[in-house]
Amino acid sequence: MAMGGTTEMTIGVAHYLTVSAILLVLGIFGIFLNRKNVIVILMSVELILLSVNLNFVAFSASLQDLNGQIFAMFVLTVAAAEAAIGLAIVVIYFRNRGSIEVEGISTLKG
Amino acid sequence: MSWILALPELALGCSGLVLLLAGVIPKTETFFPITMGAIGALLLTAVLVLGQGEGTALGGHYVADSFSGFMKILSLGAAAIALLVSLDFNEKEGLARFEFPVLVVFASLGAMLMISANDLMSLYLGLELLSLPLYVIAAFNRDNARSAEAGLKYFVLGALASGLLLYGSSLVYGFAGTTNFDRLADAFSTSQDASPGVVVGVVFVIAGLAFKVSAVPFHMWTPDVYEGAPTPVTAYFASAPKVAAIALLARVLLGPFGDLAAQWQQVILLVSIGSMILGSFAAIGQTNLKRLMAYSSIGHVGYALMGLAVSSDIGLRGLLVYMAIYVFMNMGSFAVLVAMRRQGRAVERIEDLAGLGRTDPTMALWMAVFMFSMAGIPPLAGFFGKLYVFLAAVQGGYWTLAVVGVLTSVVSAYYYLRIVKVMYFDQAVGALDRAPASLTIVMAGTGLFTLFFCLWPAPMLAAAQAAAAALLG
Repeated sequence: MAMGGTTEMTIGVAHYLTVSAILLVLGIFGIFLNRKNVIVILMSVELILLSVNLNFVAFSASLQDLNGQIFAMFVLTVAAAEAAIGLAIVVIYFRNRGSIEVEGISTLKG
Repeated sequence: MSWILALPELALGCSGLVLLLAGVIPKTETFFPITMGAIGALLLTAVLVLGQGEGTALGGHYVADSFSGFMKILSLGAAAIALLVSLDFNEKEGLARFEFPVLVVFASLGAMLMISANDLMSLYLGLELLSLPLYVIAAFNRDNARSAEAGLKYFVLGALASGLLLYGSSLVYGFAGTTNFDRLADAFSTSQDASPGVVVGVVFVIAGLAFKVSAVPFHMWTPDVYEGAPTPVTAYFASAPKVAAIALLARVLLGPFGDLAAQWQQVILLVSIGSMILGSFAAIGQTNLKRLMAYSSIGHVGYALMGLAVSSDIGLRGLLVYMAIYVFMNMGSFAVLVAMRRQGRAVERIEDLAGLGRTDPTMALWMAVFMFSMAGIPPLAGFFGKLYVFLAAVQGGYWTLAVVGVLTSVVSAYYYLRIVKVMYFDQAVGALDRAPASLTIVMAGTGLFTLFFCLWPAPMLAAAQAAAAALLG
């Protein structure tokens, strides 16, 4: 706590929500604007999940309710499994095509 | 002991583990016995679901009622048929690995947990348990570039969708203070106006689930994934996960968010109209049958969501009957698609069916039955599915929905009937190989259901009525 004379700002739940909304938008843009590499897409997905976790933990603290933190733990666990499967699929894709450029992922269309 | 209620899920989960163990230990490939075991486990679970009691369990995270029973039996049946369809195809394509049935068993377990979810947390875990095996089986033909691409596309867009769904859940949790469906329903029934945070959260949740049912505007992955994935996997994609996601959408929207109907009804209405229109027009130009079935499935989801947009018990009953009939005719037509081989090589263009009426009259007859049924020609089952949702829309006063539905049915009849025309009136380029027994059984079983549903619709209608009543209370 800042005392006497210094200006003080409390970090409320709204600040956390703003940060997490920014992270979410960055993640979504990372998926759609990225034209180079599939790994960047995987990172963007993780960013989205992190923004969700931030939300859960912030709400959990402000609501004085543990459910949000339990939810965040589950999200972390599932994110790990998801990343493992995603990387495995990227590996078999690379073995077939010899490249993981996003622009090359367009043989199926019509 | 509240977990006894979740016995079907526990049985399926344990049998999945046992099958995995039984598949690893022998030195030889065990695809056939493990698939048979998996089909047995799915049927056993369906029997357990029939004998399941009602109530909530596992700290309020799990609910069992007639609605969950109806949808679970549907998705388990679809999974069993998909495994039956995969038997011959996987042997011939060199995909006969025992992991396939095990993954389908775990995906079905995820579908059951989704249908029984009574908390945002179990909703998310069930959804992921369904999705993760699906990403893998989409890319199951791992030496094929198209299958790998299908898996990659499905994974990226699926992960994005579950991210959106989670973001929505976190907002609902934060602004309503709980993740439990019953407590959410209580919170919304007392407050006059929903806070904007909750409304935004609900929209995000709808977006995540609309992706899973491949409704417009979250349908872009569907044609690509359906085309690239191995055909039996496509058959599974088009049935069980859709049933589970539609069930979840209905439970979430009519249960905890039932009092916010004014907020979400317009969204579902637009999604339904968009899916019907896209499903009927985009399929016209397709030459690949799997792609055509993808657009057709988008259209069918539009019709099913019509029942949800009406938000009444008649609408919900229409949705349940529609999904049940859709699963049968869809599995039947996919059995025909899987059976399409010329000199041992799988073919999947519409022209490849040319002359089938002369070279293989039985298969052509079943395909014609499925196509007429999907087009909604009476007295086949597909007609009744459409009839009940249209009735619900008219009775609820949603004339726009009913009119768009009828018009798009007419448009989609064009491409369904074109397949029939190609089969019976075009010159054959060469006979297709004889269909193996397992596929003939699936075609005949689903075909007979589609043909004779009109004679004995009462049991299904009664089950759907009870299920709808259980959800709406």
